[in-house]
Amino acid sequence: MSTLAVQDHGVAHHEEGHEHHHDTFLTKYVFSQDHKMIAKQFLITGITMAVIAMLLSILFRIQLAYPDKTFPLLETLLGRFAPEGRLDPEFYLSLVTIHGTIMVFFVLTAGLSGTFSNLLIPLQVGARDMASPFINMLSYWFFLTACVIMLSSFFVQKGPAGPGWTIYPPLSALPQAMKGSGLGMTLWLISMVCFVASSLMGGINYVSTVLNMRTNGMDLWKMPLTIWAFFLTAILGVLSFPVLVAGVVLLIFDRSFGTSFYLSDIVVNGQVMPFEGGSPILFQHLFWFLGHPEVYIVIMPAMGISSEVMSVNSRKPIFGYHAMVYSLIGITVLSFIVWGHHMFITGMNPFLGGVFMITTLIIAVPSAVKTFNWLATLWRGNIRFTPAMLFAVGMVSFFISGGLTGIFLGNAALDINLHDTYFVVAHFHLVMGSAAIFGMLAGVYHWFPKMFGRLMDEKLGYLHFWLTFIGAYLVFFPMHFMGLDGVPRRYYAFTEFASMQRWLSVNMFITWAAIMSACAQVAFLYNFIHSIFWGKEATQNPWQANTLEWTTPVERIHGNWPGEIPSVYRWPYDYSKPGAEEDFIPQTTPLSETMSSNVPHDFEDNPAGLEALSKWSSTQKANEEVK
Amino acid sequence: MAFKKMINSKKLLAFLAVFMLSGTNLLMAQTVTTDATAKPGVNWLGVGFYILLFLVAAVVIAIIGKILKVYDLSQQIKGKKGIHWNTIMGVICLIFLVVGMYGAYWDITVQGSMTLPEAASKHGVRIDAMFLTTTIITLIVFVITQILLFTFLFRYRHSDKRRAYFLPHNNTIEKVWTIIPAIVLTVLVIFGFFTWQDVENSSDIKGQPASLNIDITGHQFAWELRYPGPDGKLGKKDFRLSAGSNKLGIDFKDINSMDDLQADTLVLPVNKTIRLNIFAQDVIHSVYMPHFRVQQNAVPGLPTFFKFTPTITTEEMRRKVDDPKFEYLLYCNKICGSGHYNMQKVVRVVTQDEYNQWVAKLKPYLTPALRTELKLASADQNKSITQNRLALNN
Repeated sequence: MSTLAVQDHGVAHHEEGHEHHHDTFLTKYVFSQDHKMIAKQFLITGITMAVIAMLLSILFRIQLAYPDKTFPLLETLLGRFAPEGRLDPEFYLSLVTIHGTIMVFFVLTAGLSGTFSNLLIPLQVGARDMASPFINMLSYWFFLTACVIMLSSFFVQKGPAGPGWTIYPPLSALPQAMKGSGLGMTLWLISMVCFVASSLMGGINYVSTVLNMRTNGMDLWKMPLTIWAFFLTAILGVLSFPVLVAGVVLLIFDRSFGTSFYLSDIVVNGQVMPFEGGSPILFQHLFWFLGHPEVYIVIMPAMGISSEVMSVNSRKPIFGYHAMVYSLIGITVLSFIVWGHHMFITGMNPFLGGVFMITTLIIAVPSAVKTFNWLATLWRGNIRFTPAMLFAVGMVSFFISGGLTGIFLGNAALDINLHDTYFVVAHFHLVMGSAAIFGMLAGVYHWFPKMFGRLMDEKLGYLHFWLTFIGAYLVFFPMHFMGLDGVPRRYYAFTEFASMQRWLSVNMFITWAAIMSACAQVAFLYNFIHSIFWGKEATQNPWQANTLEWTTPVERIHGNWPGEIPSVYRWPYDYSKPGAEEDFIPQTTPLSETMSSNVPHDFEDNPAGLEALSKWSSTQKANEEVK
Repeated sequence: MAFKKMINSKKLLAFLAVFMLSGTNLLMAQTVTTDATAKPGVNWLGVGFYILLFLVAAVVIAIIGKILKVYDLSQQIKGKKGIHWNTIMGVICLIFLVVGMYGAYWDITVQGSMTLPEAASKHGVRIDAMFLTTTIITLIVFVITQILLFTFLFRYRHSDKRRAYFLPHNNTIEKVWTIIPAIVLTVLVIFGFFTWQDVENSSDIKGQPASLNIDITGHQFAWELRYPGPDGKLGKKDFRLSAGSNKLGIDFKDINSMDDLQADTLVLPVNKTIRLNIFAQDVIHSVYMPHFRVQQNAVPGLPTFFKFTPTITTEEMRRKVDDPKFEYLLYCNKICGSGHYNMQKVVRVVTQDEYNQWVAKLKPYLTPALRTELKLASADQNKSITQNRLALNN
């Protein structure tokens, strides 16, 4: 059977080391190199950015609902961006752009991966910190710099970048084409370069920590699904983000140094431009080569977190652990060869479009497997409704609803009429936006005790969940039908088209649903801040979970474990195992201590163990016969 | 504690209620006066009212929370279990399922009927057929999975008496639900792939009657049309020639461009193959004609095409949708700047006779004014082009 080697000298060494450790305020809270503190920095920055982006969305939702009304308050708040109390059309586009950019990159990439990869990778694989704590710190500070630069673009004369979060040139390359392509666009590009630097430093750290710093006994197939998800996400990021930088740098050249990588045959405002030989499609290829893996960078951590949370709270092992991992790997690999489905009608060769359509629809298979496995995990479980559990379930519901419309959009022939309509908006806000943010919130509720040593209030969590869940469906479900009526996205107002005016009432409804969901976030923010300081104090393992992070003490010490890092003997999902005393068996419990609950399956690749098991069960039988 | 007492005190609540009522009164009064003035200032009372409303809601929620807590504690003191939150959440899940499914049904029937009318083009019918197939398949999956999700939540809500069923994996069922989606998707892929190939084929097959070529050029923020003249051919274009009255940069040295016609409305003969040649001058635009299931981006420097056959005239469609003012539209569907939301062109599908009459009235691009302008400017233009070349060589 597995051996437990106790190394006392390691304990002594470490405690000695701790006595010399003096944290000042600056090294503990600001320039911290402790992965747990960096995770909290990422989380709080991410939440701040999310609130800002949400407020931006409310602003443009008001414009969409009441295109004819004036709101003098807006002029007071926004000044020249809302003359006469109505949003300026160009500022509307800037709002849409910055909302998208912040949500996709700053909240759902850095806020989600940055927080939970940092927090959970060392804790769940059993490491004292990241492979390189210093680079980890740099990663956060680059991220914060990117955030500050992005927000600073609201204070330049012509306003922030406005050509949509995809910043397609020539619109983004020609300052004459729109206000948002001026200095605001330059700031956007600089911010994005900082962001990618941050992302790469984070990603390299995550990959090397997972590969090199797992504790004794933690082989790859004993890692929790969260770690698998973060690991594969980091690989995706490391491979695809540099391509975005390449695209962005060429765009900077086109904008500032007169090159023609993306520009050709252009006449702006009657003025013939000297650009020749470039191709706007090239930028789209470079952008979506990151852009598509990016949506999986966003959703995979949410999948990992939901898998873990659902398993813990239904008191059941995740169904089909291997299938879950293989489907994650499948998604990772496939996500690199599907980017063309964003470009079916852009003028890309139609034959290529056909190929991309095939790869795109293949990716639905691993996604379907994941969904069915989650459902099977719930089946005959013993489900505890913690707020984290509810958010994880909400994530699954959104993933199904939004994922199914992906089958329409991935089909090139159907995409002809649906491309760039509200159908697309509905699709990605459900499958990527709402699903990922719900995964993130599930993580926040679940690991809050690990971050702050206290519990969040459950009832406020319930309120937050139901208002947000219902609100999100009310906002995004009707948008499908607007898209099916051919209503394009990024329209400042629907007033100019007689055929679109009947959607105005729907728009009003959507806006009020969005305002309701936004108000619900106050419940979360209050709960979050209040619980940090005055929440109920948490016990060491408040959710009776198996994974390693719950073997660390409640006070979050540098180095995570006061003594020896525990060894791992089993997979993380031994919940409700028949024959076990409790309904959970932590990963640190050796199989030798749980003879009554062992099954032959536990001893794959371990003939000695299997023999011990059969011996034990035969003696057990003999004893019973004696009785 | 004193603070909490203050929040909970009835006096404060009563005060808030009075304040709110008077706020409503003031708000009403304010709206009347603001209507009278030309430029309304910020309606601070209205803003304050909404903030107050939110605060009251927050206070009410806080009070309910307190009541629940007190109830819970008193139950615990009595030795009973507190509120069964797991049961309550399970029930809410079930209610959500029922109400949500009804809501989805309502949405699909009510708003679903507000969507586009039947396809007005040959390939559009095929796209619609595929849309229907995909919708049916996805709706079935949607309903089944959501029902399973929320009924499982209700059915298997926590109970201290029960233990979850230890089921780590089952290879057979996993294979089944990998293979079934794979088969369904393969069918959709094959179906979609061939439709796509047919729809996107924009070249004319030899032997068949040539399709009607129409140029459409997008710029901020309008579309320009160019119809071929009696010769049936469109002349060459060069963006460097765009100047003055020759906005599109038509190369009038090409004999084919001499008789090219300008038009304000995209008029199409019914049941005739149309080949749109799509250009953009400044930024990317997108030619979107949802009624015909046509969309293709207009990319500067990269001419694109879309070939389709309209099958229903505007008149027929007006009768079908029962709206005498109905018009087919072409509008921009790729973000292109401040006027993006209003970059439309009316499309009218007419009979061949009507089309012939209409085409006869069109004016050529080469107006007498332009003719004189070009003759005067031709020398200058040549010079500027050579200058450009020189600059490039440097």
